[in-house]
Amino acid sequence: MNARALLPLLFCITPSLAMAQGFAELGQTSEGYALPDPATRFTFPDDHGPHPEFRIEWWYVTANLKDAEGTDYGIQWTLFRNALSPSGRPEDQAWMGHAAVSTPTGHLFAERLARGGIGQAGVAVAPFEAFIDEWRMAGPDLATVSITAQGHEFRYDLELSSNGPFVPQGEDGYSVKSFVGQASHYYSQPFYSVSGTLNLPKGEVQVTGRAWLDREWSSQPLAPDQTGWDWVSLHLSDGEKLMVYRMRDQARGAYVVGTWIAPNGLPEPLRIGSLEMTPVEWAEVAGQLLPVAWDIAHEVRGIAIRVEAIYPQSWMGTRISYWEGPVRAIGSHSGEGYLEMSGY
Amino acid sequence: MTGPVLTALLSHWRRRPFQLATLLLGLSLATALWSGVQALNAEARKSYAEAASILGGGGLSELARTDGGTIPVETYAALRTAGWLVSPLVDGWLSSEGGRIRLLGMDPFTIPQDTSIAASVEPSLYPELVGTNGILLANRATAARLPDLEDRIRIIEDLAPNMILADITTAQDLVDMAGFSRMFLLPDQPLLRPDLASVAPELTVRPPATANDLGRLTDSFHLNLTAFGLLSFAVGLAIVHGSVGLAFEQRRPVLRTLRALGVSARRIVMCLIFELLTLALVAGALGVIVGYVMAAALLPDVAATLRGLYGATVNDALTLSPLWWLGGVGIACIGTAVAAANGLWRVARMPPLASARPRAWIMASSHAMRWQAGGAAVCLAAAICAVAFGGGLVGGFVLVGGFLTAAALLLPIILSSLISVASRWSRGPIGQWFWADTRQQLPGLSLALMALLLALAANVGVGTMVASFRATFAGWLDQRLVSDLYVTVEDETDIPALMAFLEDKSDAVLPIWHVDAEVMGAPAEIYGVVDHPVYAANWPLLSAQPDTWDRIAEGTGALINEQLARREGFSLEDPLPLPGGWTTTVIGIYSDYGNPLGQVVLPLETLTRRYPGVDRSDFGILVPDRNKEALTAALTEEFGLPEDWITDQGAIKAFSLSIFERTFAVTAALNVLTLAVAGVAILTNLLTLASMRLPQLAPAWALGLTRTTLGRLEFIRALVLAALTFMFALPVGLGLAWMLLAIINVEAFGWRLPMHLFPLDWAWLGALSLGAAGLASIWPAYQLVKRPPADLARVFSHER
Amino acid sequence: MLLDVHGLKKCFPGSERPITVLDGVSLSLDAGEVVALTGESGSGKSTLLHVIAGLEPTDDGSVLFDGVDICSMDDAGRAALRRNSIGIVFQQFNLIPSLNVRQNLVFHARLAGRAASVDLPALTTWLGLTDHLDKFPEDLSGGEQQRVAIGRAVASEPKLVLADEPTGNLDESTGQAVFDLLLALARRTGAALLIATHSMRLAEAADRRMHLSHGKLRA
Repeated sequence: MNARALLPLLFCITPSLAMAQGFAELGQTSEGYALPDPATRFTFPDDHGPHPEFRIEWWYVTANLKDAEGTDYGIQWTLFRNALSPSGRPEDQAWMGHAAVSTPTGHLFAERLARGGIGQAGVAVAPFEAFIDEWRMAGPDLATVSITAQGHEFRYDLELSSNGPFVPQGEDGYSVKSFVGQASHYYSQPFYSVSGTLNLPKGEVQVTGRAWLDREWSSQPLAPDQTGWDWVSLHLSDGEKLMVYRMRDQARGAYVVGTWIAPNGLPEPLRIGSLEMTPVEWAEVAGQLLPVAWDIAHEVRGIAIRVEAIYPQSWMGTRISYWEGPVRAIGSHSGEGYLEMSGY
Repeated sequence: MTGPVLTALLSHWRRRPFQLATLLLGLSLATALWSGVQALNAEARKSYAEAASILGGGGLSELARTDGGTIPVETYAALRTAGWLVSPLVDGWLSSEGGRIRLLGMDPFTIPQDTSIAASVEPSLYPELVGTNGILLANRATAARLPDLEDRIRIIEDLAPNMILADITTAQDLVDMAGFSRMFLLPDQPLLRPDLASVAPELTVRPPATANDLGRLTDSFHLNLTAFGLLSFAVGLAIVHGSVGLAFEQRRPVLRTLRALGVSARRIVMCLIFELLTLALVAGALGVIVGYVMAAALLPDVAATLRGLYGATVNDALTLSPLWWLGGVGIACIGTAVAAANGLWRVARMPPLASARPRAWIMASSHAMRWQAGGAAVCLAAAICAVAFGGGLVGGFVLVGGFLTAAALLLPIILSSLISVASRWSRGPIGQWFWADTRQQLPGLSLALMALLLALAANVGVGTMVASFRATFAGWLDQRLVSDLYVTVEDETDIPALMAFLEDKSDAVLPIWHVDAEVMGAPAEIYGVVDHPVYAANWPLLSAQPDTWDRIAEGTGALINEQLARREGFSLEDPLPLPGGWTTTVIGIYSDYGNPLGQVVLPLETLTRRYPGVDRSDFGILVPDRNKEALTAALTEEFGLPEDWITDQGAIKAFSLSIFERTFAVTAALNVLTLAVAGVAILTNLLTLASMRLPQLAPAWALGLTRTTLGRLEFIRALVLAALTFMFALPVGLGLAWMLLAIINVEAFGWRLPMHLFPLDWAWLGALSLGAAGLASIWPAYQLVKRPPADLARVFSHER
Repeated sequence: MLLDVHGLKKCFPGSERPITVLDGVSLSLDAGEVVALTGESGSGKSTLLHVIAGLEPTDDGSVLFDGVDICSMDDAGRAALRRNSIGIVFQQFNLIPSLNVRQNLVFHARLAGRAASVDLPALTTWLGLTDHLDKFPEDLSGGEQQRVAIGRAVASEPKLVLADEPTGNLDESTGQAVFDLLLALARRTGAALLIATHSMRLAEAADRRMHLSHGKLRA
């Protein structure tokens, strides 16, 4: 999910990747940021907090929810940190929040920006609190948190508690993103169960379901030939979890890797060459054609899953726009999860 | 058929190019002055709108402290984390060559996307904006005025004039402010948020600021300009009316012949309208061009005035819309229509055989004198009613308008009486003939003389007002600037050190601390003063109690400026409600010329207790003149205060006076132009009359007066009429000055000035008007001297 | 019959009671006929001519020109009649002062749309104005001005020429010359000519004479 490295380019209104890249380069000219190191091992709870020596970082929650009638909902709660300089000082950090609710009647979203150092946004470890404006993810620790966010026509208040461990992605948390070696530190908490309330234009809805947290930090943007990414996280019916991402590369084709997570939280990396992630169905979203169904296959693991968007119009029309919404999985394994597609 | 009719009508102008030139000149001048003034107003209003749309976020409500203090960053964070979507702003001023420049600090992270600020600033600039030593944004002209900040400024061509945009942290650094001045309230707020009172009780929501706020302050200035534009336009139209009417009258025989040859009255009127329209279009185009040049020449002064007096931001360069150009040509057409309506109406109604009587047409106004007297009475009555029942700035202008119109209408009657008196005193046949002939000439010249009267009266009136203002203002500055040196400290923690440093080096240190706040719902300044005898000795109070300064020393009561007192109708001992929900007593009113805002002066202790957030950076120092330089040197070298932060009393005085001078430079220029138009009116009238005066002059010539004598008498006559008009203009002008000082100024600016008289200026103006009349009459007189005797003789042989 | 005037009445407002200027005047004119209208100053000659030309309205009676009643026409109709069919020569101020002789001569013909058929050289030779073509009216003598006015009427090829004291402002010999020219005009164009004059001697030369006195017409 390192692909989200693009998102914190806070100030690019144009969603074009080229421009975003241009800005990323600009931001990088002041060398001095730390680079991901394969030897690094996570220490919790410290690593739940910010790593200002790295350029970009995020706290990313997605949840698949259902109301009493079984209607599907999806929510997203995201906080991005982007360093304006490698100083590490709070005032040199820019923060961005994205929140969304996918519903049968439409996709509602909101965006917040803030500068660091003035108490408008930040992350603290113990007790855990990540916030921007009144949007918060907070709890005694990251295993048990409340999250809330709102826009002018929606709000959600959800309680998350996990019954499994934090799971390092890639090779012990060192996640490679390209053929030329761009990488990040990346771990997830895929074992949250959720209950809470959605405040929607039609009224309040009580919901329950499952959530997935991604934590990732890095200093490098995409490789020059990479144009975007497709990322899927799945809660499967037997308690397994699956994460797959596909970095689209103009020169070398797609860079597809993933992680198979056993119900006890033990990760098994699905390495380059063994995974396939193929678009199979397209729909017009926000004026362009996007794949809204994918086939994911891994022969050795016996995975042959079709992933379908539940609400194909889950478009985030934020400053940097992308598709992010709940999906259903059928095939060799069934389940639900989230899909993110960017750079189209 | 229309072709030959037009040929016949238009051939008139070919035979009388001078008359054509007169008409075009009058119309162009009228249009030029009118559209020039409109251009100035339009440019200023456009700039206000631009500035207001930047400063006010294009109609966003704002949050600000009720006491006008700065909003701590913590309050902002508390609001945001409670769910209030607000975006912080830092307001400030940067001093530069050519006046202050508005500084607006904004937060690129939270500024609403659909504001002019966001539109003015490319997102690609954000990274450079944010952080220490962030860049500043300004348009090219503004950037040029800040050479010290050159490397930090990025040019944004479309940015409002006289304005710097920067990130809030950059702005805070530049103006040395710890918090924020105010916050935009975003239009779309989230679903749930607590009451404002539970998060930040000291803040209130203010309605969107609009261009009108600045417009209200500057209205009087623009009204002033507009009044001048109208006056000049009226004077110009008098010329047009004269020459169009005369041209119609002179062409009566042509019209009769055309009717006899089978051209219908309708077609003749259509052709005349076509002719007038053509003239109006040509003159309008010329006038608009001249108006543009005039406006472009005056605009820098206007802009400087508005900046200095009101802090308004106005472009130094004209950028006019096509509508303005069309408007100028349109006003020329309307003016022509107004001036020619009478003539056209008569042509349309004229029996085909009516004979031409151009001289009678010109003299017709002699019958109108009774009507004019009646009209004058009506105008005076309207003027008095306007003041008695209307009041307000508009009432004041109706008074001035009515008064001036009445004076103009009375002029022929008064001149006629004066001439009667003169003729009774004159001895000798030439003198008698001279006065009789002058009196007979009067109706023909009366329009031009009225124009001269208006121009002279305006000159005397406005001149007296300006000079009175200058005299009062300079004297007031001398008193009001009680301290010898003024210093500003950057960091409030330096204050104790500064006080200690100055303790034995100066006679006294007077804090000049203030807070910007709202008093009675309008922006105002609240100052604090310490108890020091220098105030009682020097501060000019308009009204005070015997114990006013004692009560200030005791810490009770407040002084307010004249503007505030007049605006809210305060008098001594009235309760004065102040922000923060407390009330004190008015114990003194002081004059405060040149300040558009209300002002309150409190005992310093009261100020700091009630408003802890006051700006404490300014101090006045009393020091004997001989020690001034030494102290300045000590402050910079020993105490380490930057030289820029120390201001000499003289420098402030010079700066204030320079703003003042520029304020009235525009008025002075318009004054001169109006006088010039009046001069042209006289010239054209004299020349028109000259061609018709031969029957009057020929008998005198036949009886033995030489042409040279006649020419000299013509010249003297113009001077006499101008002198008499000036004599009448003087009291009219002084009356006007009184109205401007006692009524218009009070309504427009909120202060009343004592009237001073400047006879030397009048002498100068008198000489100028004689000069104008002399210049105007010298050519017609010369023509008469050079006239072939045969022309004069023909008068007797031609039976007309 | 070219012109048939019947029972014309015309009053002007007087200081005490209306003054009757024309009191039931009737007359008729055939094409090409030259009729002199005599009478003392103020006898109403000019008024009669003005009414016939449609320049002044009547109080009663009719003026039939080519069988059409002028009195029933609107201003535009009467203007068109003058333009196309009637030439008028006044006592003075006939010409447009801002146009030169050449322009004045063809002016009426231009209004009537007949400028193309004007033979200007022949006309000016006939009028004896060849050297004056570029002069303006104010530079001409009274007789010359009247000759231009007559020439203008000739050039417009009218059916009727109304001349109101055309020689009244001229000395005797000049007046005679102008009068002769008018008669020649009538002959040259075949137009009828109604000429008002107080000179009996000049009136002798007309085909028919009528005398206007106290508002009534006598043959």
